[in-house]
Amino acid sequence: MENILEIKDLHVSFDTYGGEVQAVRGVNLQLKKGEALAIVGESGSGKSVTSKSIMQLLPKPAGRIKSGEILFEGRDLTKFSEKQMQKIRGSEISMIFQDPMTSLNPTMTIGKQIMEGLRKHQNMSKHDALQRAIELLDLVGIPNPEERVKQYPHQFSGGMRQRVVIAIALACNPKVLIADEPTTALDVTIQAQILDLMRDLQNKMDTSIILITHDLGVVANMAQRVAVMYGGRIVETGTVDEIFYKPKHPYTWGLLSSMPKLHSKNSELLAIPGTPPDLANPPKGCPFAPRCPHAMKVCTEFMPEFTQASDTQQVACWLQDERAPKVEPPETIGVGGAGR
Amino acid sequence: MAISRTDITQDMFEPAVIDVSVQEKIERKSISYWGDAFRRLRQNKAAMVSAVIILFIVIMALIGPLMNKWGIDDQKLTRSNLPPRISALSNIHWLPFDGQENGVDVYKERGIKTDFWFGADKLGRDLWTRTWKGTQISLFIAVVAAAGDLIIGVAYGGISAYFGGQVDNIMQRIVEVLTGIPNLVLIILLIIILEPGITAIILAIAMTGWLGMSRLIRGEVFKLKSMEYVLAARTLGASHSRIITKHMVPNTLSIIIIHTMFSIPGAIFFEAFLSFIGLGIRAPQASLGVLINEGYRMLSLHPYQALFPGLIISLLLICFNIFGDGLRDALDPKLRQ
Amino acid sequence: MGRYILKRLGYMVVTLFVIVALTFFTMKLLPGTPYKNQQKLSKEQIALLNHKYGLDLPLPVQFVKYIGNLLKGDLGISFQFDGRSVNEIIGDLLPVSADLGFEALVVGLIVGLILGIIAGVKRNTAWDYITTFIAVIGVSVPSFVLAQLLQYYFAVKHQWLPVAYWDGPAYHVLPVIALAFGPIASIARYMRTSLVDNLNSDYIEMARAKGLSRFTVVFKHAVRNSLIPIVTIVGPMAVGLMTGVLVIENIFAIPGIGDQFVTSVYTNDYPMIMGTTIMFSVAFVVVILIVDILYGVIDPRIRVAGGEH
Repeated sequence: MENILEIKDLHVSFDTYGGEVQAVRGVNLQLKKGEALAIVGESGSGKSVTSKSIMQLLPKPAGRIKSGEILFEGRDLTKFSEKQMQKIRGSEISMIFQDPMTSLNPTMTIGKQIMEGLRKHQNMSKHDALQRAIELLDLVGIPNPEERVKQYPHQFSGGMRQRVVIAIALACNPKVLIADEPTTALDVTIQAQILDLMRDLQNKMDTSIILITHDLGVVANMAQRVAVMYGGRIVETGTVDEIFYKPKHPYTWGLLSSMPKLHSKNSELLAIPGTPPDLANPPKGCPFAPRCPHAMKVCTEFMPEFTQASDTQQVACWLQDERAPKVEPPETIGVGGAGR
Repeated sequence: MAISRTDITQDMFEPAVIDVSVQEKIERKSISYWGDAFRRLRQNKAAMVSAVIILFIVIMALIGPLMNKWGIDDQKLTRSNLPPRISALSNIHWLPFDGQENGVDVYKERGIKTDFWFGADKLGRDLWTRTWKGTQISLFIAVVAAAGDLIIGVAYGGISAYFGGQVDNIMQRIVEVLTGIPNLVLIILLIIILEPGITAIILAIAMTGWLGMSRLIRGEVFKLKSMEYVLAARTLGASHSRIITKHMVPNTLSIIIIHTMFSIPGAIFFEAFLSFIGLGIRAPQASLGVLINEGYRMLSLHPYQALFPGLIISLLLICFNIFGDGLRDALDPKLRQ
Repeated sequence: MGRYILKRLGYMVVTLFVIVALTFFTMKLLPGTPYKNQQKLSKEQIALLNHKYGLDLPLPVQFVKYIGNLLKGDLGISFQFDGRSVNEIIGDLLPVSADLGFEALVVGLIVGLILGIIAGVKRNTAWDYITTFIAVIGVSVPSFVLAQLLQYYFAVKHQWLPVAYWDGPAYHVLPVIALAFGPIASIARYMRTSLVDNLNSDYIEMARAKGLSRFTVVFKHAVRNSLIPIVTIVGPMAVGLMTGVLVIENIFAIPGIGDQFVTSVYTNDYPMIMGTTIMFSVAFVVVILIVDILYGVIDPRIRVAGGEH
C-alpha cells in the first residue's frame, strides 16, 4: 500500500511577542491509504500544529512552515497557492475539530452548512445538494433528516452536532480525514458512538484517517498505527499493538502508566513529573530528557536518532543505542490491568 | 542530521543528573497583576502620549490663568476681538499667533503693546485666561460628577446585590425604568429645577451617570457572594478573605477605574453640550462649553475664538478615550502575557 | 417571544408615564410665569390668565387633566406662539428633525459598516489604523465642535456649501455629515471588534477547512454574524443622535424640534416643553423596543426555540 500522505522533515514555527516558538521540529510521518493513524501527545506537543499545517490552516501571519514537505498523492502541499489549497480542503482532505459547540455557524442552518461544500466542490445544484445533505445526515445516524436539515445548530445536542460535523467533513468523499480531538468535548457514552460511526464510515468510504488525541482509549479503539509526539518531535511510531504491548520509549511508558486501569495493583494515578519543554528555547538534546527517569548525559547533549525496532516500529531514544544500559519498561504500563 | 559515532563516547551513557527544581522554575518570572498591567500600559505608546497630553492640559488649566495679569472678567473695549499673538512666533504666518487678521496687523493698528496669547473676545476679555479657567471648571465639574456617580453607583449596586432578594428586585426594576428614560431628558429636567450653575450640572450629570456603574458593581458583588458560598462549602476558613482581597478586589477595582476613566470624558461632553445650548454655566463664568458657544457666535469673523477651546476639548476627549482604551486592555486579565 | 414583547411594552408604558410625570412636575417648579411681558401685567390679569389656562387648579388635578388630554392625543396649546396647538407646531418641525436624524443614521450605518469591515479584515494594517483613528475622533470630538469646523471651512471660508437652513439637498450635506460622524465612528469600531472576534472563532476555521473562498468565509459567515451585536448599539446611538440633533439644528439654523425645545425652555413654554420632551422620549423608547424585537428576530438562537441542550 502506498502512502497517500507523507510528511517529510516538517519544521513549523510561530512568531510571538516572546520570540520564535518552534512548535514542530523535524517531523516525519506516513499515512497509508485506508488506514487510521493516531498522533498522540500532551498539549503543546505539536500534534495539532502538524495537522493544521497539512491543511495550510496555520494562523497567519504568526505561523509559518519553515521547511519540509507535505506530499499528498505525491504533490507537495507546502508549495500550493491559496486557491489550489481551497480546492483540496473539504474535497480531498477534510478536517473535523474538537468542539462541536463552536465549530458550527450558529446562524446558518445545518443543511446550508453541509451544502456549501457540495455546491462549491462538486458544482451541485441546490436541489441535488439538499438531497445529498439529507442522505449524509441519515448516514451519520441523525433521525428525521428531512426536518433536521432545516434546523440550526443550537437545536442539536453535542453528540448530534459532532455527527453533523462529520457529515460536513465527509460530504465530498475526501481521501483523507483529519480528526483533531473529535471526542474530547463529548460525554463518554457519546464518544463511543462517535468512534463507532467514524470506523463505520471509514470502512464504507475507504477514507484514510489521521486521528489526533491525547486519549489512549480512543487510540486503542480506532487506530492501526500510532505516532507519539513530544516537544515538537515524534518520539516513537508503530502499530497499535506494538505501541501498547511493546513500547520502547520512556515517554510512551509514562503515557501508558498514567492511564487509569481497572485492575491495577497500584491505587494511585501516576503522572509524569515535570512540565513540557519551553519551545521558545527548545532544548538541544532529547526534549523528554528533563523528565525521563532513565536520562543519560548523551540525552541532554544530542538529539536521539531513529532506530528501527521492527519493520513497523521506530523509536528515537538513546536507550536503543548498543552502548546504553538495558532498561525494562515498568510494570505500570500494563494495558487493561493484564500486565506484561 | 547524522552524528558521527566518535562524537559520543561510552561515558556519555552514564545516567545524567537532572536538577528537577531548576527545570520547574518557569522561565519568565511571574509579576503581580498590577505590575503586569502597568508594564503593558507603558508599552502602549498611544495611551502614554494621551496621558501626557492630559497631564499637560491639567497643569495648564491650573497655572494658565495665573500666567498673566488678566482675570476672566477684565473687559476693555479697545481690545475687542483681538486676534492672538505670541511675539516669539509672530513671524510664522501659518500659525495663528501673528496678531494679524485678514492681513492687517491689528495690534499695530490699535497700539496695543502686550501680547494676548489667545486673543480677546468681543468684550475685550483675555481669552488665554478665560480658556484655561474654563478648562479648569470643566475638568472640575467632570471629575466631581464622575466621582459622584461612582459613589452613588457603588452604593446602589452594592446594596442591591448585598441584600439580594426582594430588595434587589425592586431596586433593579427602578433601574430598568430609569435606563429607559433618555439621559438627556433627565439632565435637562434636573437643570431646570436647580438653578443653572456648577452645582446643578455636577448633580445632574452624577445623578444620571450612576446607572452603568451600579450595574457593574452589582455583578461583581454577586460573584463575590457566590464565591463565599463556594468557599464556605469547602470550609477554607481564614483564606476566605485572602482570596477575596487577592482576586475580587483587583477585578472590581479595575472595572471601577476603567468605567470612571470613561465617565469623565462623558461628563466633560455633557457639560460642554449643556453650556453650549445655554442650559449650563452662564456667563460671565467660563467653561469650555460657554467658550465654544461664544466663539461660535463669532465664527465667521473671528474663528480663532472658537479654535482654542474646541481644540482643548477635542484633545481632552480623544486622549481620555485612548487612555481609557489602553487602560482597559492593560487591566484585562484575559490578555495577560 | 410574544411574552418578551409584552414585557418590554409594559416597561415602555411605565417609563413613559414616569417621564411625563417628571416633566410635568418639573415644569411646575420653573420659576416665573410663562406669559410674555409679565411685568406689564397686573395681578388681576395674571390671575385671569392663570384661570384661562387652568393654571390655578391644584397640581394633581392639572396633572390628571393633562394625562387625559395626552391620551386623546392632545398636547395642549403653546404659550409662546399665541394659541397654536403644540401638536401643530410639532407637526411642522418633527419631519425636519426626523429627516435629519434618519439621513444621519443611514449614512452612519453604511459608512460605518464599510469602514468597520475593512478595518476588521485588514486588521493591524494601515487601513485598520486609519479607520481606528477616524473612529476615535468621531467618538470623542463633540458634534458641535465638528459641526463648527465643517461649517467654517466648507461654508464660510470656501463657500462650497450653504451655511445654514434647510432649503434643499445641498443644505443637507454638512449637517448630516456632522451628525453622522458619531454613528460612523461607533458602528465602525463595533463592527471591527465584532468581526475580529468572529474571524477568530472555530466555525470560521471550519469554514476555511471546507475549502470555501476567503470572500465567502468573510462575508457569508463572519460579517453576517458580526452584524447581530451591532443591533444592540443602535439604542445608545439614538441617544447620541438626539443630543446631536439639538446642537446641529442650532448651529445650522435648521427649523426642527431640537432647536424648538431649547427655545421653549428659555421661554417657559410649558406645553411646548412637555410636548417635545414626550415626543423625544416616545421616539427613543420606541426605537429601543424595535431594536429589542429586531435582535430577537435576527438571531436564530433566540427566534427559534432550542431543541435539547
